[in-house]
Amino acid sequence: MSSLLLAEQVLNGLQLGIMLFLMAAGLTLVFGVMGLINLAHGSLYMIGAFAAAATAAATGSFFLGLIAALAASAAAGALVEVTVIRRLYARDHLDQVLATFALILIFSEGTRWVFGSFPLYLSIPPVLSGPVTLPFGIEYPLYRLALIVAGLAIAGGLFLLVGRTRLGIRIRAGESDREMIAALGVDISRLYTIVFALGAALAGLAGALVGAIQSVQVGMGEPVLILAFVTIVIGGIGSIKGALVGALLVGLTDTLGGLFLPAAFALFMEPSAAASTGAALSSMLIYILMAVILILRPSGLYGARA
Amino acid sequence: MTRERILNAALLAALVAVPLWAWVADEPFIITLCTKVAILALAGVGLNIALGLGGLVSLGHAAFFGLGGYAMGILASHAQSYTPLTDWPVLIEGTKSMPIIWATALAASGLAALAIGALSLRTSGVYFIMITLAFGQMFFYFAISWPAYGGEDGLPIYVRNGFPGLNTLDPIQFYGLALAVLLAALAFAAMLARSPFGLSLNAARQAHARVEAVGLSPYRLRLLAFTLSGMITGLAGALYADLNRFVSPAMFSWQTSGEIMILVILGGTARLFGPVAGAALFILLEELLGGVSDYWQIALGLILLVTVLFAPGGLVGIAAGKARPHV
Repeated sequence: MSSLLLAEQVLNGLQLGIMLFLMAAGLTLVFGVMGLINLAHGSLYMIGAFAAAATAAATGSFFLGLIAALAASAAAGALVEVTVIRRLYARDHLDQVLATFALILIFSEGTRWVFGSFPLYLSIPPVLSGPVTLPFGIEYPLYRLALIVAGLAIAGGLFLLVGRTRLGIRIRAGESDREMIAALGVDISRLYTIVFALGAALAGLAGALVGAIQSVQVGMGEPVLILAFVTIVIGGIGSIKGALVGALLVGLTDTLGGLFLPAAFALFMEPSAAASTGAALSSMLIYILMAVILILRPSGLYGARA
Repeated sequence: MTRERILNAALLAALVAVPLWAWVADEPFIITLCTKVAILALAGVGLNIALGLGGLVSLGHAAFFGLGGYAMGILASHAQSYTPLTDWPVLIEGTKSMPIIWATALAASGLAALAIGALSLRTSGVYFIMITLAFGQMFFYFAISWPAYGGEDGLPIYVRNGFPGLNTLDPIQFYGLALAVLLAALAFAAMLARSPFGLSLNAARQAHARVEAVGLSPYRLRLLAFTLSGMITGLAGALYADLNRFVSPAMFSWQTSGEIMILVILGGTARLFGPVAGAALFILLEELLGGVSDYWQIALGLILLVTVLFAPGGLVGIAAGKARPHV
């Protein structure tokens, strides 16, 4: 196996990890601040992708599509928070799982109704198309590299937002003691709507960015949602740092496992059997990783409480 | 007689009367729908032992449903092609006999539930939900990427498996079989809820520390409940695969876990007949709404949302008021 291939796969793993982080950050913020499990987070990802694809098709501009994705997913998030999610904060996790599962049905079928069953396509903007040559002669698609850079910038911005701004202070205060900050005069329900819309916007942005690599279709949010859940469970629910570490771990494990496992099995099995066993196992690898981490640390790598 | 008992009796009567009417009126499609209700209700009865009695929110019961399905698919496909499953260390042949398939499904899903439960029950709350979901997905991806039994395309079985003394190809006879299994599972669940084990499990759900203080192990109680729960859902999977004469990775998908959970909640969590009411309502909605619009799941989603937000007791809860659950 060449080192070039390895470098390319590491970059692919990073790219997947960074996109997962955008998904996982919203999930973990909403859980950390409001104690809510949101299964419909994948629907917000889908809404972002559809908004971007439809806008880009109408205007011819990828970047207008991105803005539309942010706006549509944030608006959908705020709307859902005000109409449904707000009633679920005080409920147990079972009610939250069910109500947000119901939202998935509504969003998926609603999108199918509006856009039909056929996938939409969102093309990579001309500025970012084509390969780029990195040091050591690594050829890599410019768009994917841009995803990594943009994702890292957004991650940095999010850490600054939560760590350094007034809104961030309120978010963190809301995490530890919601009665106290309500008593200090912070409008808690507006804060919750903002946090939810922020998480939704991040998911929508991820959907739009990934939508240019894959096709945009109904149901695209669910596989990513599951990966994002694995990510935050590994990182420790409620921890943004954990979400980043977990996302990179999951991204790298998933891409590198697909590369190494079949090769590793080929050392002592027939090639065809090694390929199928390796493929089957590598698709399970991140779940095995999650199980192992939970067995060692039941509340995840950076989790504060079980 | 409480209102809940009247409702239970009415559900039972409907389970017997509707298919008999359909048989007399020669409506095999309605008998098939009733069979689907009975089998999904059976899966729900299984989940309800973990969910209602044990308070364990498992979002991975599709793993057991799918294992039951694949137990049937694998055994029957080997019998169909006259190739043994394995000839070392002992010769194991495929089979078309339902009792053997059921025993295999019970054993496979029971072992899986024991292993998954032993790991998952180390966590609680939202971590438990997520780890069960992840284990379910693990089976899903395995089934998709394992080509030996159809991979992504699934595995068709051409002739329904046999049961001694019955012609299972006759819809009403197969329905009778499914109903008998459902009734046995309901009787088992009712017995379990009233047994010392069920009472301790219920207590562990409500007051974990007190149960520990009297010297019982909540972990062991929950693990046993989770295992029994997985076994019943696995049995339902074997029957469901036989109903469709087809298994596919979709049985393992997390949407399947979600649907089993939905029907339990729609019917009423922790109510003995909750899964029966829920399965009947679910299939009825699917048929009625599906006939009106291709986008019927929007309506299903809205109904589910309204149930969760405004009628937490589900159907049985609405009908029976606040009676003591699970009796």
